[in-house]
Amino acid sequence: MNMMAGTVPLSLTVNGEEVARMVAPRTTLADFLRTDLELTATHVGCEMGACGACLVLLDGVPVHSCLVFAVQAQGQSVETVEGLVASGALAPLQQAFHERNALQCGFCTPGMLVNAHALIARGSVPDREEIRDAISGNYCRCTGYEAIVDAIEAAARKANGEGAE
Amino acid sequence: MKARAFAYARPSSLAEAHAAFAGADGDASFISGGQSLVPALAMRLQAPQVLIDLSAIPEMRGVRLDGETLRIGALTRHAETLTEPLIRAHAPLLAAAAPFVAHPAIRNRGTVGGSVALADPASEFPAMMLAMGAEMEISGVDGMRRVAADDFFQDLYQTAIEPGEILVALHVPAAGPRHVCAFDEMARRRGDYAMVGGGILAERDGAVIVNPRIALFSVGPTPVRARNAEAEIAGKALDADTIAAAQRALDADIDPLDDAEIPAAMRRHLARVLLGRLLRKLETCS
Amino acid sequence: MNAPFDRPLGAAPHLEPGVHVGRPLPRPNAKRLVAGRGNYVTDMKRPRMLHAAFVRSPFAHARIVRIDVEAARAAPGVALVATGEDLAKLCTPWVGTLDHFKGMKSEPQLPLPLERVTWSGQAVVAVVAESRAAAEDACELVEIEYEDLPVLADLDTALAPDAPRLVEGFADNLCFRSALESGAVDDLFASAAHVVEADLAFGRHTGVTLEPRAIIADYDASEHALTVHHGTQTPFQFQDLYSRHYGIPEARVRVAAPDVGGSFGVKLHVYHEDMAVIGLSMLAGRPVKYVVDRLEAFVSDIHARDHRVKAKAAVGADGRILAMAVEDETAIGAFSTYPRTSAVEGNQVIRLIGAPYRLEAYRADLKVVFQNKTQTSQYRAVGHPIACAVTEHLMEKAAAATGLDPFEVRARNLISDDAYPCQSLTGFKFEQLSHEACLAKLKTLMDYDRLRAEQAELCARGIHRGIGIAAFVEITNPTPAFYGIGGARISAQDGAVIKITPSGEVRCLISVTEQGQGTEAIIGQIVADYLGVSRDIVRVITGDTEVTPHGGATWACRGAGIGGETALQAAKKLKANVLNVAAAILQAQPGDLDLVDAEVVDKAGGTVRLSLAEVARIAYFRSDTLPPGTDAQLTVAHHYAPSGYPFAFTNGIHGCHVEVDAEIGLVKILKHFVVEDCGRIINPLLVEEQVRGGVVQGLGAAFFEECRYDEAGQLVNGSLADYLVPMSCEMPDIVIAHMETPTRDTELGAKGCGEAGTAASSAAALNAVNDALAPLGAELTQIPMTPARILKALGAY
Repeated sequence: MNMMAGTVPLSLTVNGEEVARMVAPRTTLADFLRTDLELTATHVGCEMGACGACLVLLDGVPVHSCLVFAVQAQGQSVETVEGLVASGALAPLQQAFHERNALQCGFCTPGMLVNAHALIARGSVPDREEIRDAISGNYCRCTGYEAIVDAIEAAARKANGEGAE
Repeated sequence: MKARAFAYARPSSLAEAHAAFAGADGDASFISGGQSLVPALAMRLQAPQVLIDLSAIPEMRGVRLDGETLRIGALTRHAETLTEPLIRAHAPLLAAAAPFVAHPAIRNRGTVGGSVALADPASEFPAMMLAMGAEMEISGVDGMRRVAADDFFQDLYQTAIEPGEILVALHVPAAGPRHVCAFDEMARRRGDYAMVGGGILAERDGAVIVNPRIALFSVGPTPVRARNAEAEIAGKALDADTIAAAQRALDADIDPLDDAEIPAAMRRHLARVLLGRLLRKLETCS
Repeated sequence: MNAPFDRPLGAAPHLEPGVHVGRPLPRPNAKRLVAGRGNYVTDMKRPRMLHAAFVRSPFAHARIVRIDVEAARAAPGVALVATGEDLAKLCTPWVGTLDHFKGMKSEPQLPLPLERVTWSGQAVVAVVAESRAAAEDACELVEIEYEDLPVLADLDTALAPDAPRLVEGFADNLCFRSALESGAVDDLFASAAHVVEADLAFGRHTGVTLEPRAIIADYDASEHALTVHHGTQTPFQFQDLYSRHYGIPEARVRVAAPDVGGSFGVKLHVYHEDMAVIGLSMLAGRPVKYVVDRLEAFVSDIHARDHRVKAKAAVGADGRILAMAVEDETAIGAFSTYPRTSAVEGNQVIRLIGAPYRLEAYRADLKVVFQNKTQTSQYRAVGHPIACAVTEHLMEKAAAATGLDPFEVRARNLISDDAYPCQSLTGFKFEQLSHEACLAKLKTLMDYDRLRAEQAELCARGIHRGIGIAAFVEITNPTPAFYGIGGARISAQDGAVIKITPSGEVRCLISVTEQGQGTEAIIGQIVADYLGVSRDIVRVITGDTEVTPHGGATWACRGAGIGGETALQAAKKLKANVLNVAAAILQAQPGDLDLVDAEVVDKAGGTVRLSLAEVARIAYFRSDTLPPGTDAQLTVAHHYAPSGYPFAFTNGIHGCHVEVDAEIGLVKILKHFVVEDCGRIINPLLVEEQVRGGVVQGLGAAFFEECRYDEAGQLVNGSLADYLVPMSCEMPDIVIAHMETPTRDTELGAKGCGEAGTAASSAAALNAVNDALAPLGAELTQIPMTPARILKALGAY
């Protein structure tokens, strides 16, 4: 166990790469990603888990990176929108969001994409109520949500529906 | 909105965790999922010298059936209560309540033990511990003790856990084939804290309800057993008169706070409606 | 009556879709955002950048007795601690009044207060440190002693004759008062078959942009120059303000707005902290960043609405509304917002009430009342939702009084589509609207008769569904009559520079800005069509005073109508220049040539003569081969200000379908319908998404959003857990149809569409809920329609 003030060593995997840094324990994972690693696709909208803009995959599941201190992620694997875009994992969702104009200012979009990605990864085509439930904690002030639901539905059909590869 | 500086410890045993707490002269907070604690730290409503992360303590993990009792490790995530077969089979009320807890990403991180230890009077799981008659396994420097749910929730955010003690696991009497349950809540938006919510666990003997346990939340400073309402339905079939009698009796069970957004009288009304809906749901539950 | 008036009509617009204009094309710049490549001010870093945090007042009204910042100054990582006095030496005060609002008053403001705080959450002391966390640590060390002053936390307290004055020396607590009267109001009320009345209340809202306000100021003393990266809708307005209040030459002030995470009117007002950050950078000699956190946003971002309206209508036996009379009292903050004031919303409320309908007389009285609360100002659909709800609630009462169906009572009262041009009793000049056509279309769109039949059938089974409709008129494309006339340096014109690059591509630099509406997308479509190229080769650049011409930017739905026309005219000018050069090269007449898909072609026959790239190559690199005297101007600048009607008006109508759980007071919004007419549609995909987003903001107002204060002036629900914004599970799918009545004031014919959704959705929802509750004998007259209010109206507790 380790107990000391100031900064502490932290090592974790971010978007497939080993990362080692010294970090103040009070630094949230969101701030660590954005400030220390300059991964600014992860957005901060409320710092209390109420808006969903900061969602990342932590060991494969969506969590609010504002509600995790970076030190808690020691040894774990984090994937951000940057990594998911680079790997091509988000390509169908990116395309669907773009074509359907399922974003306006774009600030909520990374969080929406992370949740939508996890939903689609379950392997079925969710109905609209399931999609709305999956993003029920993601605040969007611009779109009114319908276009986002449409885009996730379209991407899910493409990935998991009839005729999916 | 940045937390005040703190030191961080991640003990790998309960003994180390207790030592860490003692080492901080008690100016420490335990963190498991952190979904309520981290905002409180960010808003500087709490500012411990040391944050003690419980996530690496093996005794706090896992779900297993010990004879007639389901042991749910305190670190069990909310999301696992939706999918874990043992919970679905033996603590169906917990599984029924789980979809109503916050939002998917919060459920991925938040823990059952954290929720119960925090004892938010508007939370689902603390009340369900009451309804299920769970026992809390609590670790202190002097060893383990067990506290029944009925004795656990004492006042607003106040439980039987003493400073420095750790909630290790929840022991839930395993539900059997005779058990029926129902859960419902009324919230303004999906995932919001409910205006009123509740759950029932009971046994059914033919048409008759036996050993009902009703627990409500958002109706006072703690989750509440509705004992008067339980008495009205125990040993009876749930016909309209019985349900109405239970709804009338409920008034004496609860003492809701009065606030501008939801006046006490409105909560009483909602609680009556909720109880009626729960009992009808229970009735149709196979 | 609506008096016709004389105005020459402009050229008839073209309504057939172009190659790009009129088509549902996705936004090019959205690709970057879905790839996680957004660049918001919150994301940005500058070398040696410091971070600011503010100590805020815990009291709504108090005298500052003593401030001790010594411990904070000595704290680790702290570069600077500044008080009101420190910044008052650098920044001149501002007063948020407009000259054409007669009698308006407001107390001068400074970045940080000198003697007194006037709302809970007001910034009092600034701390600048190496990190935000260090700045917040030091804020905890600042000691401020206060002495309580009387708090004005509700309208009645502030309006009482013996009320303490919020500002010493002011005769009363009114920021502004205005009255309108037209026609024989009293006679019509005296003789009307029915008089219907209502007291309506509208909650105080705030914008809750997902990206909070953010600013990075970088003052460079060596050049006496200031660079500000600012999440704002209006960079030029802030260039002017930072220049004038800090005495920095305008040409040395750069304000750049990169990606902006939502604005809706929130990010075009002066905020004390933002003004302070400019001075903090001057004092620190380093870049200073400040991001409002979510808790701060609730007590510092503008609030809006917060009206109570006493209204009545005189109704003829035939259901005709003859006259309306209204008294609107609106609670603002402790001062009027700068530079757009806190009076525009109330002013628009009283001028828009009744706007879709043929009234014979109208009277209105407006009181804009100071409160010890966060400032209020223009937020999406300024005043419209209130005016619309008042009008449409009275319309429902008129329908009930006369036994008419809601569609029928509106059909009898709407301004006829053939009555234009005409003028409202409040002075608005309407060029051409389409209320009747929209009403008819909505009825079909909703399948109204089926919904009514279903409603009756379900009601018999104890299921309470309701249908509500609400017509609206929306103000867009303002001329200088809006702000300029009142002395505010807020431009009503916009400017564009378009250039052909040496490779024959196109760059358009334009002063209208992008916050996700699709400004850049539509400008690109317009430029592409009116220049004669594919949109793929048009790059649109916005949001930087160093780069684009001066202009009003984005507010009041002016991006398409004014920005679009600016781009159109600039593109035409550039096209003429291109064809001139091409004609010189080809030894042809410019009039015989055209530019199509970046190829110079013969106008007759379409034979390709020369590529645009070749024209550019010759003009930029081989001008020696051009005939002597050829004027090869492949960059043009164009400014456009609307000069015809003072405003362009759009119109439309909403329908809302709800189901009320009358036992628990929760409402399920089943579906929402909109028929809108924003003039010529440049991109239907974007128009529809503007409408949907706007509708949901209005539904948020109808059911969830409200800043609640206690009697001490404390905001009691100032967090995103407690202030309820609309989320995905509670919002409906929204069905949209269009009418298209272009304005003839411009060649483009576009009006605006950003506020149409918000203007009427809360009114339609209010009517729908009341329709559902009518069989139960309950009525709501207040939004948001919370479960507590619904159950109260039902007598459930």
